[in-house]
Amino acid sequence: MVSCCSECTNHTSNWAGHLCHLSSAQLLDCVSSWKPSPCPCSLSVPSPRPAPVRLKPSLPACQRLPWSSMKAHGSRLSFYAGFAVGTFTLYVFLRQVWFERSVTGQQQAGGSALLHDHQHQVEDEKTIWKKERSALFNLKHPHHRGEDSQMADELYKKVRILCWVMTGPNNLEKKARHVKYTWSRHCNIVVFMSSVDDPDFPTVGLGTKEGRDQLYWKTIRAFHYAYEHHAHEADWFLKADDDTYVIVDNLRWILANHTPEEPIYFGRRFKPYTKQGYMSGGAGYVLSREALRRFVEGFKDKVCTHTTSVEDLAMGQCMEKVGVLAGDSRDTSQRETFHPFVPEQHLTAKFPKSFWYWSYCYYPIAEGPNCCSDLSASFHYVDAGGMYLLEYYAYHLRAFGYKYRFQPPAPNGIDQSSQEKKQAEVDNSSRTDQRQDADHAPAAGKEAAAAPAAK
Amino acid sequence: MLSEGSSFMKGMIMGGLFCLVLSLMTSFTPKSESTADEHHHHHVKAASKEELKHFSDSQVEELHNQVRVFCAIMVQPKTLVYWATTMDTWSKHCDKAVFYTSESSKALDAIDLKEKDDWARLRKALKHAYENAGDLRWFFVAQPTTFAIIENLKYLVLTKDPDEPFYLGKAVKSGELEYVAFDSGIVLSYEALKRLVHVFQDEEKCPERGRALWKLSEDKQLAVCLKYTGVFAENGEDAHGKGLFNSQSADSLIADSLKDHPTDVVGSCCSDMAVTFGGMSPNQMQVLMFGVYRLRPYGHDFHDSLAFYPPEGSDND
Repeated sequence: MVSCCSECTNHTSNWAGHLCHLSSAQLLDCVSSWKPSPCPCSLSVPSPRPAPVRLKPSLPACQRLPWSSMKAHGSRLSFYAGFAVGTFTLYVFLRQVWFERSVTGQQQAGGSALLHDHQHQVEDEKTIWKKERSALFNLKHPHHRGEDSQMADELYKKVRILCWVMTGPNNLEKKARHVKYTWSRHCNIVVFMSSVDDPDFPTVGLGTKEGRDQLYWKTIRAFHYAYEHHAHEADWFLKADDDTYVIVDNLRWILANHTPEEPIYFGRRFKPYTKQGYMSGGAGYVLSREALRRFVEGFKDKVCTHTTSVEDLAMGQCMEKVGVLAGDSRDTSQRETFHPFVPEQHLTAKFPKSFWYWSYCYYPIAEGPNCCSDLSASFHYVDAGGMYLLEYYAYHLRAFGYKYRFQPPAPNGIDQSSQEKKQAEVDNSSRTDQRQDADHAPAAGKEAAAAPAAK
Repeated sequence: MLSEGSSFMKGMIMGGLFCLVLSLMTSFTPKSESTADEHHHHHVKAASKEELKHFSDSQVEELHNQVRVFCAIMVQPKTLVYWATTMDTWSKHCDKAVFYTSESSKALDAIDLKEKDDWARLRKALKHAYENAGDLRWFFVAQPTTFAIIENLKYLVLTKDPDEPFYLGKAVKSGELEYVAFDSGIVLSYEALKRLVHVFQDEEKCPERGRALWKLSEDKQLAVCLKYTGVFAENGEDAHGKGLFNSQSADSLIADSLKDHPTDVVGSCCSDMAVTFGGMSPNQMQVLMFGVYRLRPYGHDFHDSLAFYPPEGSDND
C-alpha cells in the first residue's frame, strides 16, 4: 500500500519513523487512516531525502565531464599507490629495525664480549705474569689441553731464558703487543726495551733516541740492563726484534747441551767481516751468562766500544774480541734453526744468486724443505697476523697420531730412561707404549741416517 | 582531491598492515642463506680421548684398517699450479689419491674424464672412485685449492661405521637444502657413495645434466641426489663443537680473528684438529705442510691411541 507515510519511510534506507518526524503511534494512525491527501508527512517532514548518492551519478551525457570518471580512477590509483608506498615504507623500516637490532645486538654482544674479553685478559694476566721492575716474569709454562709437556717443563726449569725484545714507543701497540701475547709467554723472563720508560706495558727506557743508527746503542744498553738487573735470574739472554717470532721451547733444546758458564752465543751465523762469523740481528741471537759477562766487562775495559750502528756485526766483532765462541745452532740433521726471513720465503722462494743472502750464510744454504729444522727457533719479518699464525701452527694445529719423521735426540741432561718410565705412567692405558719407546730411542747416528741433511 | 588524498592514506595504511602481517607470518629476515652456525641439527663430532681409551688393542688395530681414505681430487689444467702443489703436499697422506681432470694435461698425470660440465664430471669421478675403491671405505672429494689433513679426517670418522651413510663436511643451508660446501671438502662413507651411485641411474631424481632453469652448483646437486637416498649433510666438529672444515685459508681466518677477537686470537680461530682449509694459495699450502707435519715445540707430546706414519719417498713431511 503506497501512502505518503510509507513513501516517506521508503526513501530512507531503513525504517525510520523518526525521519518522518512521526512517532510510531502517529505513523500507525497514519497508516491505518490513510487518506490520499493531505499527506501528513508533508507537514512535519522536510523534503524527502534525495536518492542516495551513487559513486557514479548518472548525469546526462552532456554533463558528464571527463575528469569525473578519472577522479574515481584517481582515487583508486591513489589507493594502490598508497598501498605500495605503505608496504615499501614498512619493509624498509622493518629491515632497518631488524638489521639494526641484529647488528647492535651483535655489536652489543661484540662490544660487551670485547669488554668481557678485555676484563678476562686483565684477570688472566695476573695469573700469567708477575710484573716486577719493568720485566714480566712468566709464572707458569703455558700448557695445552691433552698434552704431555713433561719434557718441556723440565727444560723450562733447567734452561732459564731471559728474552729481551727491541722495540720503540711507536711500535708497542702495532708489534710488541703481539709478541707479548704470543711467543714471549714461553720465556722465563721477558723485558721490552725501548727508548722510553713505560710502566704499564711495561718497557724499559734505555735513554737513547729511536732509529736504525741507534740500534747498537740500544743493544749495548739493553744487555747492560739485563746483566745489572737479572744476571742471576737467567742462564741465557736472548735478543729479538719486535718482528721476530721465537719458538722458545726449541731454543731450550738447542741450548740444553751447553752450560751458562761456557762463553758461547748462538743465532743464524753469517760469515763476512769477521773471522768466526757473527749472528744475524733480525733472526735473534742468544748469549750464555758468561758471554754476557764478558760483553759487559769488554765495555768496561774499553776492549769493545760502539764501532758502528750495524748492531749484529758490531756485536759479532765484540764477541770475537772477548773470546766468546760463535756456536753452530743447526740441528742434528744440519738444518738451520734461526731464520732471517718468514717460513714462506725459506720454503718456497728461489732467491736470485746475486742476493746478499747467498754470500752471507756461514753454512751451505738449502732451499725447499731442507731449509728449516723441524725444531726451528726463530723467523724474522713476521707481522701481527704472522705471529698468531705461527703460534697456531707450532703450538695448536697438529695431525692426529702422526709420528714425525725427524726424531730429535733428548738433551744430555735429561735422564732418558726415567723420562720414558714417567711417560708410560702418565699414559697408563696407552697401547702405543711399544711404539713410543721405539720412537724416543735416541741414537744420533740413527737420526742422522733417517733424516738426510741434503739431497 | 580530498578523496584522492584519503584514498592514498587508506592505501598506505593497508599497505603497511599487509607488510607487517606478511613479515610476522613468515618471520622475515633480511638474510636468505645462513651457515651451519644457526642450523646445528645434524653434526658429527670427533671421539674424545676418554672414549678412545675404552677400545682394546685389537679393536684399535681394526679401526686403523677401517679408516683408510680414498681421495678424489677434481683438477683442471687451468689450475695447474694448485694441482701440482696438491700432488706435492697433502694428497701424499691419502691411502689412495686419484686426480680427475676435465681435460688432459701434458704436464701432469690424471684420469681424464673428458667432461667440461662440473656436475657431470663429479658424477663420473665418484662412480670411478666407487668402482676402484678396493677395500677403502671412506671417500674424500676436494678441489686442489683445499688443503686437507687426512690424519685428522681419520680421527673424525674413527669410530663411525662406513657401512652407515655419512655425508660430512662444512654443512651450509640454502633455503630448504642443507648441503656440504665443496671448497672445504666432502666426506662420504662407503654406504653413502653406494647409494649415490645407485641413484645416478635414476634420471628423474638425479639427472646427469640438470634440468632446472638455473644451474645448481655441483655440491648442491650432490645434496639433492643424496637426499633422495635418505642421506643428509652433517657438519664435522671437534669435541668442543668447533667446525673442522674451513672454506677459508688459515691465514685469512687468523686475520679475521685478529680483528674480531684481538685478546684471544688463536683460541677463537680454528680447531687444533682442523681437517681442511679452503682457498689456499700454493705457497700457503707449502707453509701449512711444514707447520702441521714438521714444525713443533720440543717437549710437548701427545699420546694418541693411533699412530700414522709419514709416507714413503716424501721429504716435506
